[in-house]
Amino acid sequence: MHFRKLVCTAAAATLMASGVAYAETLTIATVNNGDMIRMQGLTDDFTAKTGHKVEWVTLEENVLRQRVTTDITTKGGAFDIMTIGMYETPIWGKNGWLVPLDDLSADYNVGDILPAMAGGLSHDGTLYAAPFYGESSMIMYRTDLMAKAGLEMPAAPSWSFIAKAAREMTDRDNDINGICLRGKAGWGEGGAFITAMSNSFGARWFDENWNAQFDTREWSDTLNFYLNMMNDAGPAGFATNGFNENLSLFQQGKCGMWIDATVAASFVTNPKDSTVADKVGFALAPDNGMGVRSNWLWAWALAIPAGTQKEAAAKQFIEWATSNGYIELVASKEGWANVPPGARTSLYENANYKDIPFAKMTLESILSADPNNSTVDPSPYVGIQFAAIPEFAGIATEVSQEFSAAYAGQQSVEEALAKAQALTNDAMEAAGYR
Amino acid sequence: MARATTIRQKTITTIIAWTVAMVIFFPILWIVVLSFKSEGDAISTPMRVLTSAWTFDSYAVVQDRSDYFKHFFNSVIVAVGSTLLGILVAVPAAWSMAFVPSQRTRGILMWMLSTKMLPAVGVLYPIYLLFIELGLLDSRTGLVIVLMLINLPIIVWMLYTYFREIPAEILEAARMDGAGMRAELLYVLTPMAIPGIASTMLLNIILAWNEAFWTLNLTAAKAAPLTAFIASYSSPEGLFYAKLSAASVMAIAPILVMGWFSQKQLVRGLTFGAVK
Repeated sequence: MHFRKLVCTAAAATLMASGVAYAETLTIATVNNGDMIRMQGLTDDFTAKTGHKVEWVTLEENVLRQRVTTDITTKGGAFDIMTIGMYETPIWGKNGWLVPLDDLSADYNVGDILPAMAGGLSHDGTLYAAPFYGESSMIMYRTDLMAKAGLEMPAAPSWSFIAKAAREMTDRDNDINGICLRGKAGWGEGGAFITAMSNSFGARWFDENWNAQFDTREWSDTLNFYLNMMNDAGPAGFATNGFNENLSLFQQGKCGMWIDATVAASFVTNPKDSTVADKVGFALAPDNGMGVRSNWLWAWALAIPAGTQKEAAAKQFIEWATSNGYIELVASKEGWANVPPGARTSLYENANYKDIPFAKMTLESILSADPNNSTVDPSPYVGIQFAAIPEFAGIATEVSQEFSAAYAGQQSVEEALAKAQALTNDAMEAAGYR
Repeated sequence: MARATTIRQKTITTIIAWTVAMVIFFPILWIVVLSFKSEGDAISTPMRVLTSAWTFDSYAVVQDRSDYFKHFFNSVIVAVGSTLLGILVAVPAAWSMAFVPSQRTRGILMWMLSTKMLPAVGVLYPIYLLFIELGLLDSRTGLVIVLMLINLPIIVWMLYTYFREIPAEILEAARMDGAGMRAELLYVLTPMAIPGIASTMLLNIILAWNEAFWTLNLTAAKAAPLTAFIASYSSPEGLFYAKLSAASVMAIAPILVMGWFSQKQLVRGLTFGAVK
């Protein structure tokens, strides 16, 4: 009798234990954007396939960054999967804070991830985060206004052409601005744009010895070019405009050109929200004839913090969310224009996706961005619109605040650059780089 | 002549008061308006916003995407819990400072208030590590304790100010009649101070309801209150103004209603002892 009881208890305990191990509840921290929200709506498919449930913590990008950084540096264990970008992944991977994604299943086909994305999300050749979607930046322009100005947009224009076209397209009486660009303070807002732009002017953040380079002619040329063009052809108050403000202006038909994230293409061509949906053309971000274009590279990717108790289930989720199967699931429910772009090579070979008007230019923009060779002169850092060092976010936020003050006319370009030079060198010295 | 001046002064004062009130209230009004618009209309010019069609779509989407009632319930527990706990701690503290003051009482009160001036982020990591050790991360218990602690200086100060208005002789009389400290606090002081305690509680509930730094940083999926609910609709890359406005209206509506009904007590509590 005792023996039977023992056997039954052991069997029940085993069943319960295996049940608990199988049906996990994953807590995932993510950002609030269209693709991520769509994924949240489709997680029933993952639960149906694996039995694992998912709880979402959705936060604004900067809040999320602070929240997950606090958690991962203290090994808090609040999240089983984190949505992070190309900036954090190599730094956190190097520190051993992320689980290496080097044992994903053969069906997943890691080799299909776009090389630029895989490279930016790896450290020492090991992938630490799987790209959910990737983006570069490109020119979105009004074909009707360009034709009215008697100009034709080249597939790969120069900055001088863009400045000329912007001035030609500007029509202040009808509230049309030739060009809309980010000017808002913040390393991921105006800071990202001006850094990518400066690369094409031959500027860089640091020389090989980590000395700040804001006292160079290249930086002065970049800021003066930007400011003159925006004063002549930009919208009023451009110093406080970020992605959302420019998106709103473009959708209302108030911008001739907008250079920003490739994911914006689906927003400006969506007739539900955009009044100019059928009049939008695309081109590569401009260059200055120096061999480097002004487009950036970014990915929102899924990573597993080291120390999670649910590593196996978390890997299952990452394989599901970043797979070709997920792309097909989205396409079947919401159409090919709404699939997460910029992560997998096969998407751009898909006949259905080739019909999407911005697909080709998005891929070309992503392929033309190289985080390992982002500057004309050699630099000691990886990254295009950022330098992948932990100190960068803080420094770049302060630098972009100085730049925005110059855009707003509160100080001169020279004053802004002098302050940027001093604060960057101070911070790098304090951090032990110099 | 004197009467004419008074009417003119009253008129000017009234106009200024209404103007200030409208300036303060306008952002809330605008949020309410945007919450009933489509995303496309919400980002257009103010005139088009006002003349475009009204819709409940944003509320429907927010309700469908997020579990409002879970966040609401967490907010209620955290705001009410931290307030009750704060009152339990603050009443004896304020009593001792008001009726048995020492040479250092004033200094202690000022020191308590000065802790409110410390940037919260300065103690984020120590508190976070403590929460990990104690298993309080993403728990309502943890939030109740933290919010009680950060609001405690204000509760003690308000109760102290209120208790000072109560004649000490009444408490002395109670002691002479044989009341111990517990009886004095529970049956003599507290009933006399109920209006002050009530207004302190109301203010503290509002402060705890609106607190966004700790509630965002110490929670994940389980204990997240309405501040996290709002934060989930903010985005620098994508237009979510209408949905963000709808989420904001849903989050502030309960506390707005509570504030509306208890404004008399709130004003009384905040201005008590201000005019001598």
